[in-house]
Amino acid sequence: MTVLQAVALTLVLAGGTSVALTREPLRQVLLLGLYGGALTILFFVLQAPDVALSEIVVGPIAMPLIVLAALRKIGEQERERRASEAEDDR
Amino acid sequence: MSFYPYAVAAWLFVVGLWGIVASENLVRTVLCLTVVQSATYVLLLAVGYRHGGAAPIVADIPVHSRLVDPTVQVLVLTDVVIEATVSALLLALVVQGHKRFGSVDPQQLRALHD
Amino acid sequence: MSRRGRLLLFALGGATLAAVLVIAERGLPSFGDYHGVYGRVVQATEPVLRRATDLVTALNFDLRAFDTVGEEFILFASVAGVALILRRMRDEDDRALASTPQEHRFTGASDALQLLTLALVPTFIALGVYVIIHGALTPGGGFQGGIVLAAGPLAMLLAGRYLALKRLAPVWALESVDAAGAMAYVLIGLGGLVFASSALQNFLPLGTPGQLLSAGTMPLSSIAVGIEVTGAFLLTWTEFLDQALIVERRH
Repeated sequence: MTVLQAVALTLVLAGGTSVALTREPLRQVLLLGLYGGALTILFFVLQAPDVALSEIVVGPIAMPLIVLAALRKIGEQERERRASEAEDDR
Repeated sequence: MSFYPYAVAAWLFVVGLWGIVASENLVRTVLCLTVVQSATYVLLLAVGYRHGGAAPIVADIPVHSRLVDPTVQVLVLTDVVIEATVSALLLALVVQGHKRFGSVDPQQLRALHD
Repeated sequence: MSRRGRLLLFALGGATLAAVLVIAERGLPSFGDYHGVYGRVVQATEPVLRRATDLVTALNFDLRAFDTVGEEFILFASVAGVALILRRMRDEDDRALASTPQEHRFTGASDALQLLTLALVPTFIALGVYVIIHGALTPGGGFQGGIVLAAGPLAMLLAGRYLALKRLAPVWALESVDAAGAMAYVLIGLGGLVFASSALQNFLPLGTPGQLLSAGTMPLSSIAVGIEVTGAFLLTWTEFLDQALIVERRH
């Protein structure tokens, strides 16, 4: 195993652990983008350019976009719900 | 030392599962599912790797040179794209669930069902 | 069961799972010592039989084309599910946004960012088309190129011109593109049934390896899949961004 592969594997290990153990979804999304980058490097070093091409667009671009839009919608709905509950209480 | 990739795959799998079980927010659950899936990618590509092998594209290298296995790359390649779509489906369910039931906490959603 | 009880139970189960995984992985050949026969068979036969130089795409669209049909339909079903789940409910309306779509901008994008987007959009589109068409020759193919191509119009979102993006790619057009790609792939498979002896068989003339029009039906399958993936992802993004930016509950 070359040094490059070992380093890439360690990056993936650290990235995956941090994504799984972070509490807030917003922070997780940013870490997910970086994790996608680490995975791309690993796939490239394991001689899989096709897979690296897919991962580099899906990981940092496609997934975080969908999750951020979902988080924003949920946040908006939370605020609306709290505002209407405050009105009902009055 | 040559066991390292397999160990990384096993660790990512278990850590991702831990994230799913310990999650208090359904969006977090979906993202931890992504980590679990990436564990399988690492495992598959590690199985197919050959020392000194080149990428499985014979456009500019002699046809009989030493290549890594292309089959596992096919499996991982399509899975990367489709996993994003399936996660999108799950997130759509989470968003609509929040609209209807007012919460993204799995514990609270279960209480509402009763 | 309380949360602590659940986590404790998982800690036990997770440790057992990790141990079982490690024991199972010990039985695998050690890293780099791949002994499989299938890869070597593909390497020996594919460049001769199909004149394709990218073995991964050759596997994807020729030797294992049936798996790709299944995966394409997973993609199609997921996107149909997203479009169905995020439909406009009875008590929802589109937010009234000022002025015409060409002029409306969501605030926050500086001029430098807008200029960069102007350069990014055609670059992504050109790169995406290149990657799709050269599927059988270089790293690339339908799935990869489809996503790169979809990221092109998406860059307009960076400049805050989301409404212009919706005019460029309305939902009905994206749905048609997605369905057309799926249908095109099935038709190519059926063409194998009609012109050769079995479905999904490679039936077009094979040409010389390294040229654009080689490897039979592979470039066509690649284009079909690329079209479908592009439509699918743009549709998914549009649905989610609509929910986040445009849809609101009627008051």
